[in-house]
Amino acid sequence: MKKTVFLGALTIAGLAATAAMAGTLDDVKARGQLNCGVSTGVPGFEAPDANGVWQGFDVAVCRAVAAAILNDSTAVEFIPTTGKTRFTALASGEVDMLSRVTTWTFSRDVDLKFEFVGVNYYDGQGFMVPKELGVSSVKELDGATVCIQTGTTTELNLADYFRVNGMSYDPVPVETNAETQTQYLAGACDVYTTDASALAATRASFEAPGDHVVLPEIISKEPLGPLVRHGDSEWADVVRWTLNALIAAEELGVTSANLSEMLAGTDNPEINRLLGTSGSLGEMLGLDADWAARAIAVGGNYGEVFETNIGASTPIGLARGLNAQWTDGGLMYSPPFR
Amino acid sequence: MTTLTDPPKESFRLSMLLYDSRYRSMTIQIIALLAFMLGAAWLINNARINLAIAGKEISWAFLSSPSGYDINQRLIDYTSQSSHGRAAVVGLMNTLLVAVMGCILATFLGVVVGVLRLSKNWIISRLAAVYVEGFRNVPVLLWIVLSMTILAETLPQPRDFRGDDATASMMLFDSVAITNRGIYIPEPLFSRGLGDIPVLVGNSEEAVAACASYYDLDGDGQPATGCGTFQISLDLVAFLSVLIAMVMITKMNNKRADRIQDATGDRPATTLVNLAIVVLPVVSLLWYLGFYLGYPELKGFNFRGGTYFRNSLIALWLALSLYTAAFIAENVRAGIMAIAKGQSEAAAALGLRQGPIMRLVVLPQALRVIVPPLISQYLNLTKNSSLAIAVGYMDVTGTLGGITLNQTGREMETLLLLMACYLVISLVVSTVMNAYNERTKLKER
Repeated sequence: MKKTVFLGALTIAGLAATAAMAGTLDDVKARGQLNCGVSTGVPGFEAPDANGVWQGFDVAVCRAVAAAILNDSTAVEFIPTTGKTRFTALASGEVDMLSRVTTWTFSRDVDLKFEFVGVNYYDGQGFMVPKELGVSSVKELDGATVCIQTGTTTELNLADYFRVNGMSYDPVPVETNAETQTQYLAGACDVYTTDASALAATRASFEAPGDHVVLPEIISKEPLGPLVRHGDSEWADVVRWTLNALIAAEELGVTSANLSEMLAGTDNPEINRLLGTSGSLGEMLGLDADWAARAIAVGGNYGEVFETNIGASTPIGLARGLNAQWTDGGLMYSPPFR
Repeated sequence: MTTLTDPPKESFRLSMLLYDSRYRSMTIQIIALLAFMLGAAWLINNARINLAIAGKEISWAFLSSPSGYDINQRLIDYTSQSSHGRAAVVGLMNTLLVAVMGCILATFLGVVVGVLRLSKNWIISRLAAVYVEGFRNVPVLLWIVLSMTILAETLPQPRDFRGDDATASMMLFDSVAITNRGIYIPEPLFSRGLGDIPVLVGNSEEAVAACASYYDLDGDGQPATGCGTFQISLDLVAFLSVLIAMVMITKMNNKRADRIQDATGDRPATTLVNLAIVVLPVVSLLWYLGFYLGYPELKGFNFRGGTYFRNSLIALWLALSLYTAAFIAENVRAGIMAIAKGQSEAAAALGLRQGPIMRLVVLPQALRVIVPPLISQYLNLTKNSSLAIAVGYMDVTGTLGGITLNQTGREMETLLLLMACYLVISLVVSTVMNAYNERTKLKER
């Protein structure tokens, strides 16, 4: 009898403990800082610059969320995670959100209990080889030694692809992008495989990028996007609609340059709702009216963020391709702000 | 008639649990045990509740689902379609492989260096001291990474062996290739091999079907996949049983020589006879099985054929052995110094030289001091092998606690299983070593 009472008390204590964990938005506001999980370094997507300030395409999402909530794009603590540690870091509450070239898959969404809030880069798995090998297609890679980051979807795609095509390979598992580069450049593996965007970024950071080629085949769909814990929909909404705000801003022609004049009010009712000059969208999110304007002010709209970090004018030089706005034949499509 | 009466029997009162020194200690122990159990129950219950709230109740179903990833070094058949449980076993065998190899090399190096540290030669003893201090004062992870970097950066790539202007070439009559991916040596093959026998064939239809195709393969010596839980090579079994049987016969031969020596004083020559007893049957067995060496050949991107020792295995093995050997060397030195000087002086007085004194008199006694700390060094080496992922060696931490954990999201289950694995390995190692310790320790009569 006494034991039952004791266990009951324990149960309530356990429930209370988890209840306190809910409400990430309030936690972030109270803390005055956003904890954002990033990777250990993929140039263009997330990497510290010469001053140790994190820069990149995924980092921009974290900064936009911090600006929307806290009105301070620098109030972000960036927590580097490897492919292996990222989900544990998010599930345990060590980070509030992950924005680190992470593929949205069914099992991660459903079984691992995360919530992907959208896609900020449509990617696919590619292969890079040294030019001197004279390889022009993935189909010629039978028997090759392949460097691969452990704990990623690429590991599973690779196994499937080679098995289905009746080819053999020798996997060399490595923890981080930097270690993989070292192994690849030392010739400890013939091929480096990961998301095509990361391959382009890695190749750009080599001393002689021209000595390496990215093979034309893309063997998988890798929609990359930010994710949060399952079960806190208010928080997921904040991150989701901040990302959508960046995408919608590009579609609606709101840029960092014309933001201030747009804020004075425009003829386009959707821009007005987005920037909070009419309607109460911010209030519905639990934020103030100009949340989206602040998010856009950090690094500009989606297109500007893309061009600054990974676009054609950068050393990484990625084309918009699938990541163009739907109006330009791409897949970037924000639900309406209404 | 006795007049003695029992003293009045004191009835037990509850307060005696606290105030009677006969019961007090027991009371305290029981309370402490209860508190501990309640604490443990609270922790377990808390984890259970929180996992249930997160929707991740403890479940072991993932162990039988297909793993989907490949493992480069496998001692038993494994494909990406095998289960997570089998991936864990593959990893566990890799852990055991590097642990056993490491313990052997570390013991050998440790004994040599420990003896050398006591050398009267100043340079030798200093060099041994530098080795010991250098290795045991730097974290083993750095040694592992350093070994791997050296192997990967300094050795030639496989493609350097190709073409007319090849910058690297194979060694020992083109039989050994040392590359920055690993070392390839010739492998023993049998042209008239006895094949393998599958063990633990399941009852399910797929298992039987896999074995049907397995038996269709006509003994080409190639291992078939999918039939049975694992396969045992009959060639190896035959080879080992002949070898062991012949070694037993040489022992009997030695005993016979002892008897003759005791009776007549003359010892018949045994060396050549023993050699013949071992070598002739083994060689004829190898001939019968059609023994030949398979040489590694550069084909496509890599060498094919031969036995392949991966750099990750070599780097991990060397680093763990060198690191642990430094500690073992200190144990050995302590053990030798614990033997009274009179022992070696007495041996010297009998006319023994330095070498035999160490081998026959000092080391056997020193073992009593060396073996107990040696056990914990073996355990350390085994546990340190979990750093394998730093060089991409797929041990049980890399498969079960790495990729499987990540792909299934079953942190609690995989980590519990992983801890159980290491616990069992450690307990087995210490049981075996304790048994050995029982044998070597001083017998007091």
